[in-house]
Amino acid sequence: MKTIDLDHQSVRELNQGLHDQASACTEPEWLVLNPAGKHAIACGLNAKLSVDIQGHAGYYCAGMNQQASVTLHGNAGQGVAENMMSGLVRVRGNASQSAAATAHGGLLVVEGDAAARCGISMKGVDIVVGGSVGHMSAFMAQAGRLVVCGDAGETLGDSLYEARIYVKGKVASLGADCIEKPMRDEHLAELRELLNRAGIDANPSDFRRYGSARELYHFKVDNAAAY
Amino acid sequence: MTDVYVKAGLRESATFDRITINEIQRAADTGIYDIRGFGAKRRVPHFDDLLFLGASMSRYPLEGYREKCATDVTLGTRFAKRPLKLDIPVTIAGMSFGALSAQAKEALGRGASIVGTSTTTGDGGMTPEERGQSKHLVYQYLPSRYGMNPDDLRKGDAIEVVLGQGAKPGGGGMLLGQKITERVAGMRTLPVGIDQRSACRHPDWTGPDDLAIKIEELREITDWQKPIFIKIGATRTYYDVKLAVKAGADVIVLDGMQGGTAATQEVFIEHVGIPTLAAIPQAVQALQEMDMHRQVQLIVSGGIRTGADVAKAMALGADAVGIGTAALIAMGCNHPKWNQDYEAIGSAAGYYDDYHEGRCPAGISTQDPELSQRLDPVDGGRRLANYLRVLTMEAQTLARACGKSHLHNLEPEDLVALTVEAAAMARVPLAGTNWIPGQGF
Ligand SMILES: Cc1cc2nc3c(=O)[nH]c(=O)nc-3n(C[C@H](O)[C@H](O)[C@H](O)COP(=O)(O)O)c2cc1C
Repeated sequence: MKTIDLDHQSVRELNQGLHDQASACTEPEWLVLNPAGKHAIACGLNAKLSVDIQGHAGYYCAGMNQQASVTLHGNAGQGVAENMMSGLVRVRGNASQSAAATAHGGLLVVEGDAAARCGISMKGVDIVVGGSVGHMSAFMAQAGRLVVCGDAGETLGDSLYEARIYVKGKVASLGADCIEKPMRDEHLAELRELLNRAGIDANPSDFRRYGSARELYHFKVDNAAAY
Repeated sequence: MTDVYVKAGLRESATFDRITINEIQRAADTGIYDIRGFGAKRRVPHFDDLLFLGASMSRYPLEGYREKCATDVTLGTRFAKRPLKLDIPVTIAGMSFGALSAQAKEALGRGASIVGTSTTTGDGGMTPEERGQSKHLVYQYLPSRYGMNPDDLRKGDAIEVVLGQGAKPGGGGMLLGQKITERVAGMRTLPVGIDQRSACRHPDWTGPDDLAIKIEELREITDWQKPIFIKIGATRTYYDVKLAVKAGADVIVLDGMQGGTAATQEVFIEHVGIPTLAAIPQAVQALQEMDMHRQVQLIVSGGIRTGADVAKAMALGADAVGIGTAALIAMGCNHPKWNQDYEAIGSAAGYYDDYHEGRCPAGISTQDPELSQRLDPVDGGRRLANYLRVLTMEAQTLARACGKSHLHNLEPEDLVALTVEAAAMARVPLAGTNWIPGQGF
């Protein structure tokens, strides 16, 4: 295991060391100490690494992750796992806004709450939040699945495309073109699988499913109020 | 026609002219605003309103063809380990695959590479065609992040964070269903055939303090190799440039209101932003006050058509320029040889601006497989290279006449303005006077 103490080494040194693993993965396990809210920790990884971060991270922790498994033992700042392509990012605490924004793949698990715009413009990622999510979550979400075990804030799924949303608790309000849809067997099955992968204990049948009404897919005069 | 009416004593209203009347009727027919491509069509103060003072007694000119007038430019010298070195200061602006056909993107790459300049991706990601054919490719990082992935980010020779575009500062992109083919939809992760609306704000940051952190992330991910450009639509340019520089930009891309677009509401194109001419001096002032002029390079776009425009933008302080619309025209957009086809879709060569409809007879702003075939990327690339060479030679001609051995040595002192408005905006004297409106006396 390679240990980097950010009290004594820079984020640049850490990231360069992690990026160097992309060509030859000689050091698969990394421990990061004293992150102290620094930004861009462990971003741009592209190797099957396991990175444990002991503390809180600033913006864009594990941004654009590919393949790596990153665990943050603390809270995450804005845009954790933004544009992730693959791999796993787990936040043991809470996550600030825009968690997994625009992410294409992989799995983000937030064990606590996630703030506003969780999963904004998501493009295929799976997100499982143990707690609640803030307003405008899954705004313009294109693909992937967002699972919320607590409540969802206002205008959930506004201008949604093809992403699927599962919420166990209350939804403050749904955004434009987002509607509740029936939970069929295949949805219960995919939700069970997601919860299992996230290691979160919840009963799929307690959730409701939301998706796009697909009314805003084409400009229509009658929808003028929604533009 | 018009003459007949005028002879008969009919008078057109200046307020309700025929274009205005037509638009009211169109709005009443459809109930939706007009969307189109191209840039602003109204007249605004522009480079045509400036003239060069050639050398005579107090300055001496350089010999055309014999004395060197260099044209190279290096972009991104501030922080990037690998700045972009271009042979000419005319770059190809970001235009998306989706808005343009794959053939057009390839042709842009070919043309730019022949003359040693850069081309730029757009809202929709990087295609192998354009990467393959572009010696220098700038990768755009836009609010929509369509097709954005770290592999392509690393493949780019520079990264351009797009905050706005001159045609629509404050607006997001759109691409209508006709152009969302399977390939375009796949790259953008969207259902085929929908009217796509892209976001106008970035999803994971807002404001200059966040931008600084975003730039840091992009640098970290690419190991500080690549220049980071910030593209802004010209509005509050003085402040925007200061904030972008403070946030850590290597290069500012400044797009004036005349700048082209693939699809935007007409009301937006014509009524938002300031002219390119007015924006450059604001940007240069901001850079100079921060001691960053020439440290952070300035690329100017929006209505660049001729070598005179290139030289004038550079004399006002730009390090390079970008072209969009002119590059498409050079490749065949609006060419009279397609006039019958233009007329068949209710337009005419020289007027065509319905890029959003995807029916471009020249095979450029379309995804239709048959129409796209009309543009041969090799031929289109050659035409573009020819045009870029002409721009460069024209700019050199003017620079030599002003006694400059490098295009970068052109300066505001070489210019005068033809109109009071242009003098005030460009901050150069009205021709034949010492008067710069707004600068005292
Ligand atoms: C067809 C077309 C597509 C464009 N697509 C983009 C884009 O994806 N991203 C962007 O930042 N600007 C885009 N632009 C704007 C250009 O990058 C550039 O700012 C503008 O064309 C410059 O003005 P000019 O057309 O007068 O040269 C597009 C312009 C055109 C004409």
